[in-house]
Amino acid sequence: MAWTKKILRVNLTDGTCVPEPLNMQWAAEYLGQRGLATRYLVEEVDPRCDALSPENKMIMATGPLTGTMASTGGRYSVITKSPLTGAVACSNSGGFIGAELKNAGWDMIIFEGKSAEPVYLFIENERAELLPAGDLWGKSVWEADEMIHKKHQDPQIRIAAVGRSAESGCLYAAIINDLHRAAGRSGVGTVMASKNLKAVAVRGTRGVGNIKDPARFMQATTEQKKVLADNAVTGQGLPTYGTQVLMNVINELGALPTRNMREVQFEGAHKISGEAMHEPRKSDGKANLTTNAGCFACTIACGRISTVDRGHFSVENKPEYWGNSGGLEYEAAWAMGTDTGVDDLDAVTYVNFLCNEDGIDPITFGATVAAAMELYKDGAITKQDTGGVELEFGSAKALVWAAEVTCKGEGFGKILGLGSKRMCEKYGRPELSMTVKGQEFPAYDPRGIQGMGLTYATSNRGACHLRSYTVSSEVLGIPEKTDPLVTEGKAGLVKAFQDATAAVDSSGLCIFTTFAWSLENIAPQIDAACEGDWTPERLLEAGERIWNLERDFNMNAGLTAADDNLPRRLLEEPANTGPAEGKVSGLPEMLPEYYNLRGWTNDGKVTSELRSRFNLPG
Amino acid sequence: MQITFKLYASLGDYLPAGARENTVRIKVDSGISLNRLMDQYQVPREMAHLVLVNGIYQPPEDRDSALLNDGDAVAIWPPVAGG
Repeated sequence: MAWTKKILRVNLTDGTCVPEPLNMQWAAEYLGQRGLATRYLVEEVDPRCDALSPENKMIMATGPLTGTMASTGGRYSVITKSPLTGAVACSNSGGFIGAELKNAGWDMIIFEGKSAEPVYLFIENERAELLPAGDLWGKSVWEADEMIHKKHQDPQIRIAAVGRSAESGCLYAAIINDLHRAAGRSGVGTVMASKNLKAVAVRGTRGVGNIKDPARFMQATTEQKKVLADNAVTGQGLPTYGTQVLMNVINELGALPTRNMREVQFEGAHKISGEAMHEPRKSDGKANLTTNAGCFACTIACGRISTVDRGHFSVENKPEYWGNSGGLEYEAAWAMGTDTGVDDLDAVTYVNFLCNEDGIDPITFGATVAAAMELYKDGAITKQDTGGVELEFGSAKALVWAAEVTCKGEGFGKILGLGSKRMCEKYGRPELSMTVKGQEFPAYDPRGIQGMGLTYATSNRGACHLRSYTVSSEVLGIPEKTDPLVTEGKAGLVKAFQDATAAVDSSGLCIFTTFAWSLENIAPQIDAACEGDWTPERLLEAGERIWNLERDFNMNAGLTAADDNLPRRLLEEPANTGPAEGKVSGLPEMLPEYYNLRGWTNDGKVTSELRSRFNLPG
Repeated sequence: MQITFKLYASLGDYLPAGARENTVRIKVDSGISLNRLMDQYQVPREMAHLVLVNGIYQPPEDRDSALLNDGDAVAIWPPVAGG
């Protein structure tokens, strides 16, 4: 079973916390987490509602393997309508709170309405209550975390919270759990703050005992842990270098978007790379990287724990930032480093700390600063706007200033908190926003990795690498190598990655297992844990069902095929160096084939035939 | 002839003295193959997962036949991934 079969409905308007049974028919169709919570969202939320109104709901959902002994079985997702994109938001996080929630006996929490005063939800096993959070409001995530732990006198409580950025309306605020893990993208933290909900604090001691076949589950999970350990990527590469090892790889390939995607290679890439994080500093002989770290039940442990040089300008008078904290992942280092032209590892690490401390999405933040730097370069933003700060590409001081004002929602930080789409529109240069559906790109240039152009254009949550990570095939050769510079075959590749990823995101497992596992490795673990026969084929079918359900939500929210597009820069301005020199994204060649493979209409709509095949609502 | 030789992640240990930022300029025999280059610097062939010449991927089956040219940039990684 693995599901607890119980969800918690929290009505913030009424101040009530009511348990109710999980819809097991939907669990059989959508598995859990991303898929199952989206099914609830579609049932209960008008897709055209204002994302920051009480009519929107926010769901924290675990998967059936969350909290179990399966490797990486600690994931949870936050599903809601995004204030950044107007599309479905689904942000996945690791850490420990997902497993804690399951151990407290809950599959998911549905938050609805809006509290009149700031509150936080406290769960201790079956007991759930809303408590006043007036004293927590106005505090950072880290401060709120410490205050809640002190209040309950229990260091083992797991906490997810929003920071000052969310409270001040930053449209890409994240929910931070366990101090430095994030449900990061699409502004899920902004939705949480709009409901006057500051934090969710959970203590669960019931265990996850409802496994269908415990002996078979133990055997299956043990076998698959060995696969991860024996694989060179998940057993050695990720723990040692983390995702940051990609900085030099993608730069060498000429697909590293630089200075707001004006260029595709960064001369300072090495200085902020995974390799550089291992090099001793001149000042104290210590490396930026202290150690790696793992989330609940993870046997990969790709997480980074880092320090900033105490003598660096960003922290020299701030001893509170001298200790170890969550270090740079590739996407964050790219957005706040490469895309802004900043090659100062300490500055980018410090800014990463701030993103965790006050809960903002480092990808959207970095890309928005990059767009602001281009606006500044072109004279659309001036020193009058920034209060005298020279917002130039490559300026570490400007980056640090931008992070500090955005995290606190002060001054120009309010403008940066809009995201690049609204900011560029405000200054009359909408073409400088590197977004799809209003969400900023991650760290792979579609001119040099063609599959990623289609990935971004068709992602149900706006530009995102984690909806179909074709980099795995096009660059890393997993499961098999394809040519990143061609468009042929990429429509099928993107669809296959999208469907499989939707299934993994609904299971409670981490997507990084798929560098070693396929659905053939995952299905036996789910099948041993959950009732029903879970085969790789059924998982793939569930993934395709989920993809179509999300698409339907977006179309009903008012998005159209015209939103499956890329910024003009990527379609008309060729890459200027490297292997992709002279190339633009071949999206127009791939998109019609993709629609055809999906079985959608020419204008990208889900057909009645698909609706019937997947038993979709409506 | 001269080439630029880059070894990353754990393969950085095989770089000759004088390398900076995982990169070194070296003199090699004219027309040397990728596999011979790796052997010369004792880079274990089985660890050379991602091999790029001027940013273009070189599959294992081509690493004997593909000959390097003056000015080429060779970059090699062990199995790595990110996201």
